[in-house]
Amino acid sequence: MADTPLQGLGKEPPPSGVEREASISEILLGSAKEAVLRVQEYSYLAAQSVANLFSRPHYVQDTLDQMDSIGVGSLPIVLLTGFFIGAVMVLQTASQFVRFGQTSLTGDAVALALVRELGPTLTSLLVTGRCASGIASELGSMLVTEQVDAMRAMGTDPSRKLVTPRVVATVLVVPLLTTMSDFIGLVGGCVAAVFSLRLGVVQFWTRAIDALEFSDIMQGMLKSIVFAFILSTVGCYKGLTVRGGTQGVGRSTTQAVVISSVLIIVADTFLTKLALYLANKVF
Amino acid sequence: MEATISFRDVRLGFEEGDVVHDLSFEVYPRETLVLLGETGTGKTLSLKMAAGLMRPQQGEVNVLGRRVSTMSETELLAFRREIGFVFQEGALFDSLTVEENVAYRLREEHVAEEEIDPKVREALRFVELEHAIDLVPSELSGGMRRRVSIARALITRPPIVLYDSPTAGLDPVTSQTIIALILRLRDTYGVTALLATHRLQDGFALANFYFDAASNRVMPNSKKAKGKGETDSNTRFAVLRDGKVFFEGSTEQMAAVKDSYLKRFLV
Repeated sequence: MADTPLQGLGKEPPPSGVEREASISEILLGSAKEAVLRVQEYSYLAAQSVANLFSRPHYVQDTLDQMDSIGVGSLPIVLLTGFFIGAVMVLQTASQFVRFGQTSLTGDAVALALVRELGPTLTSLLVTGRCASGIASELGSMLVTEQVDAMRAMGTDPSRKLVTPRVVATVLVVPLLTTMSDFIGLVGGCVAAVFSLRLGVVQFWTRAIDALEFSDIMQGMLKSIVFAFILSTVGCYKGLTVRGGTQGVGRSTTQAVVISSVLIIVADTFLTKLALYLANKVF
Repeated sequence: MEATISFRDVRLGFEEGDVVHDLSFEVYPRETLVLLGETGTGKTLSLKMAAGLMRPQQGEVNVLGRRVSTMSETELLAFRREIGFVFQEGALFDSLTVEENVAYRLREEHVAEEEIDPKVREALRFVELEHAIDLVPSELSGGMRRRVSIARALITRPPIVLYDSPTAGLDPVTSQTIIALILRLRDTYGVTALLATHRLQDGFALANFYFDAASNRVMPNSKKAKGKGETDSNTRFAVLRDGKVFFEGSTEQMAAVKDSYLKRFLV
């Protein structure tokens, strides 16, 4: 605890009974400082998780374990959701295209929407719900039961052992999950187009593939990598800053999902703008 | 003689106020210092500062001749390998088996796998838990978890072991088992120890008994053959109150205290 200015001058602070209440401006200033401090702590953790890649030791087995847990574990929900999102996209877009007699365009629309936007965003949000919460609760539980301290006491850097493997694993598997989600979404769209709009399978796939450009795929991949980094680092940060025992673990878990989801959607806006700019300039 | 652990005018606090201030004490080689105190007097914090897990805001903490209070985190990670830490609830990694918990440090140091198994078994044999090698922490009782934690702390034979309330929350029989293990560790390997507790009987047991390797039993000090100038025990007491050392002395001095605060520990 820092000394008060009065103590620094060798004077006694006022007795606790006569302390004045903090004004609104002081409360706001305190909250702003707190928020800046948290952003600083989060930025440090995120930067450290990347910096750890450039020096030893590396925890390859932990990274593979996390890839299995995050990637393979999330695969069923990602595929199931992707299939139905693709199908519903076809039904929704077809209801508009049918007015102009252009139902054949549904393949184009679904492919672009899935690969550019829905694939990475929805996959990341699903992984956030499943894994950011899991990471936060796992690390939070380790913190409150002193396992993180035990790790430090045995000479292990928790940032290397706990954070970096989770971040690397998430960044590697979310783009893969997104790719699979995109494909299965197109399969779902195809099924809906064939049975609902009476479109041919070849016609749907030809239009869908022709509509896609390299920049669309890059846009989707860029987004999924950034979203994966956000959800894993926020999960780790909320887990390693748990306060208040098991109740705090629950609170941090919820916050990890909420903050990650909001940041992903906010980042999506800026990344879309950036990707469109790069598509025009570079590709 | 240079102290193995020394605290000099240490201060550490949080938003609510100072937890310890002007905290000074020393622990000499092969000695056990029992840190007694009520909840919130800074016992655990003192242990964590000795291991470099927390940094004092003022003062000096020196361990094994190195100033822990000013070391960087990277230096501390290497330094902590010379210290064994037994946490209050054991702090075992709950996703790992007993074998993996005990072998953790060895695997971190890339010791060859064929060397790990005998060392782990030896450490588990020491705490009489070799049969539990394949269990996970959730399958262990509270006392077994502490014993595994002791095995994990001694696996690299550190010269210093820090015990954070090793008998807290345990029944009297299990507490005795844990204290017997601490005695055995002290008298077999000659470790320097800092033991935080609120139970004076733990301290008295450490001070009044020793582990006899010949009979493999814990014996009262009165039966110990002593060399010239050797005292009954190398155990001292430091009682923390209001964030500083309120009393420091030998077993005899502790048993003879007249102060009403100290007498509360004797009841």
